[in-house]
Amino acid sequence: MRNKHATQLIFELSRAGRSAVSLPTADVPQQPVDQLIPERFLARTAPQLPEVSEPEIVRHYANLSTLNMSVDTHFYPLGSCTMKYNPKRNERLASIAGVVDVHPYQSESSLQGLLRIFFELQQMLEEISGLDAVSLQPAAGAHGELTALMVAAAYFREIGDNRTKVLSPDSAHGTNPASARMCGFDTVTVKSTSDGFVDRDDLISKLDESVAVLMITNPNTLGLFERGIAEIADEVHSRGGLIYLDGANMNAILGITRPGDFGADMMHFNPHKTFSGPHGGGGPGAGPIAVAEKLTPYLPVPRVARLETEEGYTYRLDWGQPRSIGRVRSFFGNCGVLVRAYCYLLTHGPDGLRSVSENAVLNANYLLSRVKHFLPVPQGDRCMHEFVASAAQLKSDTGISAMDMAKRLLDYGFHAPTVYFPLTVREAVMVEPTETESKEMLDKFAETLFRVTEEAADLLHDAPHTTLISRPDEVTAARKPKLRWQPSAED
Amino acid sequence: MSYIYNTPEDQQAMLEAIGCGSIEELFAAVPQSLRLQRPLQLPEAMGELQLTDHLAELAAQNRSPADTVCFLGAGSYDHFIPAVVDYVGSRGEFYTSYTPYQPEVSQGNLQAMFEYQTMVCELTAMDVSNQSLYDGGSATVEGVLMSLDVTRRRGRVLVAESVHPEFRQIVETYLAPLETEVVSIPCPSGVIDQRALADELSDDTACLLLQHPNFFGCLEEVHQIVEVVHAAGALIVSVVDPISLGLLERPGDYGADIVVGEGQSLGTPMQYGGPYLGLMACRDSFVRRLPGRIAGQTVDRRGNRCWVLTLQTREQHIRRDKATSNICSNQGLFALRASVYLAAMGPEGMRKVAELCLQKTAYARQQIIESDRLEVLFDRPVFKEFVIRDRENAVEELLADAERAGIFAGVPLGRWYPDLADCFLFAVTERRTRRQIDRFLQFVSEHTTSGVTHAK
Repeated sequence: MRNKHATQLIFELSRAGRSAVSLPTADVPQQPVDQLIPERFLARTAPQLPEVSEPEIVRHYANLSTLNMSVDTHFYPLGSCTMKYNPKRNERLASIAGVVDVHPYQSESSLQGLLRIFFELQQMLEEISGLDAVSLQPAAGAHGELTALMVAAAYFREIGDNRTKVLSPDSAHGTNPASARMCGFDTVTVKSTSDGFVDRDDLISKLDESVAVLMITNPNTLGLFERGIAEIADEVHSRGGLIYLDGANMNAILGITRPGDFGADMMHFNPHKTFSGPHGGGGPGAGPIAVAEKLTPYLPVPRVARLETEEGYTYRLDWGQPRSIGRVRSFFGNCGVLVRAYCYLLTHGPDGLRSVSENAVLNANYLLSRVKHFLPVPQGDRCMHEFVASAAQLKSDTGISAMDMAKRLLDYGFHAPTVYFPLTVREAVMVEPTETESKEMLDKFAETLFRVTEEAADLLHDAPHTTLISRPDEVTAARKPKLRWQPSAED
Repeated sequence: MSYIYNTPEDQQAMLEAIGCGSIEELFAAVPQSLRLQRPLQLPEAMGELQLTDHLAELAAQNRSPADTVCFLGAGSYDHFIPAVVDYVGSRGEFYTSYTPYQPEVSQGNLQAMFEYQTMVCELTAMDVSNQSLYDGGSATVEGVLMSLDVTRRRGRVLVAESVHPEFRQIVETYLAPLETEVVSIPCPSGVIDQRALADELSDDTACLLLQHPNFFGCLEEVHQIVEVVHAAGALIVSVVDPISLGLLERPGDYGADIVVGEGQSLGTPMQYGGPYLGLMACRDSFVRRLPGRIAGQTVDRRGNRCWVLTLQTREQHIRRDKATSNICSNQGLFALRASVYLAAMGPEGMRKVAELCLQKTAYARQQIIESDRLEVLFDRPVFKEFVIRDRENAVEELLADAERAGIFAGVPLGRWYPDLADCFLFAVTERRTRRQIDRFLQFVSEHTTSGVTHAK
């Protein structure tokens, strides 16, 4: 329960002389600091960090936590984010000694268990993707995109093919064009048809010998399986280009179809979505990538290799890839997230994973069938793991916008769906229930959403009404940025 | 299934409501020719008990600082983590929430991030911090990319060889497809060769990337370096160890323009290299070029103080290919842990931790100077790690034998610095004891190299 007294910043709780730690005195002979470090290197002033006791810290953060909605406490149908349940066993197992406390530069012989986990995870992701090799190094989905584009760029450089463009549909995540630009490519947007698929004529008109990669999300951000994906891939491949699959929506197709089988040459996984890694209030994620054989030599190093010896298997880090693009981050990868993904995959097995996708798609279609009667879903009656409704008609009839609905849902104890994305749908309301919700919860959500559409517009413009704060002034926040606490301004 | 609610009856009722005969029919949009016609070839499902035993068995095949004395550093450190950090980080309301796009139901995260930004600004003496990047290495390359944008110089960036070799590799990987040249500044005596630096500075140089304390543990002559780099119109991108800032002059005070670093030391377990958190802070005037998420203070419609994600027009979900970076996720959970760590430490705790590292490192270094077999390579002031040279040029064997004797004795340097193949990097955090340091020296004095040709 929220404590109404807990409204201060931790800096405002600070009192000189309070402390939450008591450190030991040094057990070695001590020398004056300025004899070890010359004066010119030493700080003249100390950082003004808060001075607080341990109980204050616990109460401060425990109270702050009650101001968040989370998967542990609320239905969180945030489209494109796959806010599924985060299994507690994975949290525990990623925190055991021998996993959580190992140093990244320990010898391979002291890490055989962990290297085996990563080798097996590489194998599992190869199988799920239908591709040939996996790098676990990228730290997030967007990082995986960038890494794969670097791999593609290295590949084209090596075969002497000067390709300058990356195509992506107008419904793509913003990370796609942003990653392409960071990798030095020109970005070209491909239109979608009114029913939500890639506009083939537009694509073909933009396909030429300068196109390196088509980045595509499948199922796409409208929650539709791109039916013509094989033909699209053929068109791109026939002109020497590569297909990149944004794996954000893998939760819909586990064990049903594989990116490698529908034409992708490279892809990333989002283990923090598909494989239940918690989102951590914004991160960490991880962004392992899988690629086709011809791109394998360019993957970042190291990857984990397995050797068969007389005593059984041994695992080692494979650095011997002279054509590798190098490194995209320090050390091995976001291992804690990867260990959770490994545990998730072992918990499910092949049948369980397929069941995840079947139930994610069932839940989304069920919710769609209930919502479409009062909130049109422009792209039709069926979806994969998510759907995008439009509040455009509602807005012109009643003045209630997608944002109003989102904010009002918070009053009723639901996290809002994603709104205003994808950009191709006006007043978009993007709903992804995931497989870890019950029919009762979906019913309750649909009923609440309907109720919201019936409410007075004026009430909704000011929503939410029950939360601690409502409709913050974001314009002022951006015009006069106040990005840190300052003692003078507060006193 | 552990996490799925739907019973066969639920599924039937839902299919009827949808108007669909079977779950299979829901996938009609996926052409048969593209379907996987067999089960995935994955291990069979394990229950929680089996899985727990399986992981325990795998973990038992690893060693760790729990059973082996750890002098490994080089960017990841065995610092103590107070219990209160784990407590806060394991609250589900924090770790199972998403990016705070709905501020009304995310004030906990947003306020915590605003506090984090303030603490990072305090620690670095910079004006603005973001909410963290992936890790120290990726923050470093983002800092370098930012310097290109800010200065509008795209010719070259200078990178000191005393910067973490993996960070330098990342810079090279990112810049490979772009037109900017990466120029290495040699560090023959363990720190930046200032004459070489002056020679390489040009009017199309965007920045010098330096690390202080550097990868070898040595302190760089930052004041002199900043002066010459600024005089050439280039920026200083400084890689920091946050623990060192309990004692050392803060980067904003010596004139750094962009500060980056690995935040792992602030309450994040080593977990084989990640997830960690990339620190990044800069001057006010660069804020609109800063990548990553930023929390800002504002008021709500009732006039209450509150926090939101702000300056989002820098970001990919708004600006797409014009964004300052493709970064989407941050390391929110570990930024939160860093905040709790810094709050628990306070200014005095930070000073004490830094001083413990310094004193213990000085002790170890003095003992090694007196040892027969080992010598300290660079005669420079160091903070919590330093380079040791093995006079018998048998680093690999020495480290392997030390490990058998229960000591992770250091990180060999030959992989990155062929000239330093007879050297290793030795780190001493506040967790190491005099007894452990003595045990290492005892091991070295008793250790005999067999069958190895002595180099000198």
